[in-house]
Amino acid sequence: MDEARIARRGLSPRLWLAGGWLLLALLAAIFAPLIAPQDPLAQDLMLERLPPFWLDGAEPGYWLGTDSLGRDLLSRLIFGGRIAFIVAFAAATSACLIGSALGLIAGYFGGWADRIISRIVDVWMAFPPVLFAILLVAVLGTGLSSVILAIAIIDWTRFCRVIRAEAMSQSRMDYVESARIAGYGRIGIMLREVLPNVLPSVVALLSLEMGIAVIVEAILSFVNLSISTDDPTWGSIIAEGRLSIHQAWWVLVFPLITLILTVLSFSQFGEALKARFDPVLR
Amino acid sequence: MEPCLDIRSLSAVLPNGQRVLRSVSLSVQPGEVRALVGESGAGKTMIGKAVLGVLPKSVRIVEGEMLIEGEDLGRLDAKARRTLIGARTALIPQDPLTALNPSRRIGAQMTDRLVRILGWSGERAGTRIRQLLDEVHIREPERVLKSYPHELSGGMRQRVLIAAAFAAEPRLIVADEPTTALDVTVQKQILRLIAQLQRDHGTAILFVTHDLGVVAKLSQKVSVLYAGKVVEEAETARLFAAPQHAYTRALIAATPRYTDPYASLKPVDESVLAGLSAEIAAADKAWRPSHG
Repeated sequence: MDEARIARRGLSPRLWLAGGWLLLALLAAIFAPLIAPQDPLAQDLMLERLPPFWLDGAEPGYWLGTDSLGRDLLSRLIFGGRIAFIVAFAAATSACLIGSALGLIAGYFGGWADRIISRIVDVWMAFPPVLFAILLVAVLGTGLSSVILAIAIIDWTRFCRVIRAEAMSQSRMDYVESARIAGYGRIGIMLREVLPNVLPSVVALLSLEMGIAVIVEAILSFVNLSISTDDPTWGSIIAEGRLSIHQAWWVLVFPLITLILTVLSFSQFGEALKARFDPVLR
Repeated sequence: MEPCLDIRSLSAVLPNGQRVLRSVSLSVQPGEVRALVGESGAGKTMIGKAVLGVLPKSVRIVEGEMLIEGEDLGRLDAKARRTLIGARTALIPQDPLTALNPSRRIGAQMTDRLVRILGWSGERAGTRIRQLLDEVHIREPERVLKSYPHELSGGMRQRVLIAAAFAAEPRLIVADEPTTALDVTVQKQILRLIAQLQRDHGTAILFVTHDLGVVAKLSQKVSVLYAGKVVEEAETARLFAAPQHAYTRALIAATPRYTDPYASLKPVDESVLAGLSAEIAAADKAWRPSHG
């Protein structure tokens, strides 16, 4: 008992740091119009490439400086967070639902269901994911829903593979056999006995996938295949920052830091949640 | 009296055609403890699984009948068979570590079955479970019911599983080496507990074990199994007093004795095994499945 408690305390900083950053970023994204110091789309060529506040030549009200069109970087990052979070939640949840459901069915039922689902996963994994995403968006057309759909279509296999393996090993446990002897139906056993035991993995993967979705969205923005070019996204800010790296490094560095922190937080948060959810580790 | 469990000439094969059960016949009377002994791989567990309807997918029954209280399992459709097995039988499993769902509380797991399968009210199931926990000498039932499996010791978990097996008043319990995974000191308590509950509830038990000491203490009748074939069947006292088959004699001789703990263990004689194998090979050659 004591060991478990110590282990939990050891996990806490990770959970709080990662969760704290995500909460901060999420709140900023939700209340962007109230928080953002400037209009993220307002251009002012008189104010182009202002440095961040601690450097000479900074203007008050433009905390992280401006880009080559004089747009406020901080405001753009905050508004970009909206798209990042919408994509993260929507795409990761869809991928999770599709992948976990198919993985659970394949792992628990085995046989033909497993063979068919596993072959589909194999075929899916043969495509390079980023190229696949670019191709999908090119076909579906740019726009928020296309990006979400593309990520879900590509990344469900991550869930499917892991959950299939977990469901398979859980299904071999004696408690599943006992449930069968007691007379439970197959679907009932899958949902009541197996599912709760694979749930910690689902939660960890879901959080990790949110981070991945943020990256994929940034990549698509970077190659100009995400949503309309007017709305700021982290990927599009990075793409613009790359062009002016020698004149204004901050336009590249701040969105990169934001992106890295967010993705890292998602994965750490997932791991910590898994430890919390798992009755044996708890 | 109608037997509680009646297995008639049961044969099962693997996909490669190898027989794992060879025309096994045995019957268990109501309230009787029938031991099923044999070395590992002899098919003891397979028989238990066949009765409970949880054979691995690769094993196919090609011959024979199984009757639980006169009802032929082979004649029932899948759903009726599940219901019958669920209501009249229970399993005390080998490994208490994996036999409880790790993510659900003990109480929920135990009452669930009574409520969902037998249609009891939650209140009645709760009372019943507490009564059984008392019978297996669990002193803090409320704490145990709220626990997750990993919070209990192996012995405690096995007690919980025994209580769960008896809770629904099954007619037949399959005990699949219920003490193998436990500490030696706990083994004895658990065996005594199973014997006690068996007497109190009058439940028939098919006791799968490789431990002849357990057989002698617990069972009224024994079936000795070798390579999926019943080589001898007798009342326990008679089996130990006058074993008929050479293999049974060798098996008894191979049991370590407390009276002479330093004597070297005697393995089963090669010639006995060779004779048995020849016997089985001849039988296999002549054997044709009656159907399937």
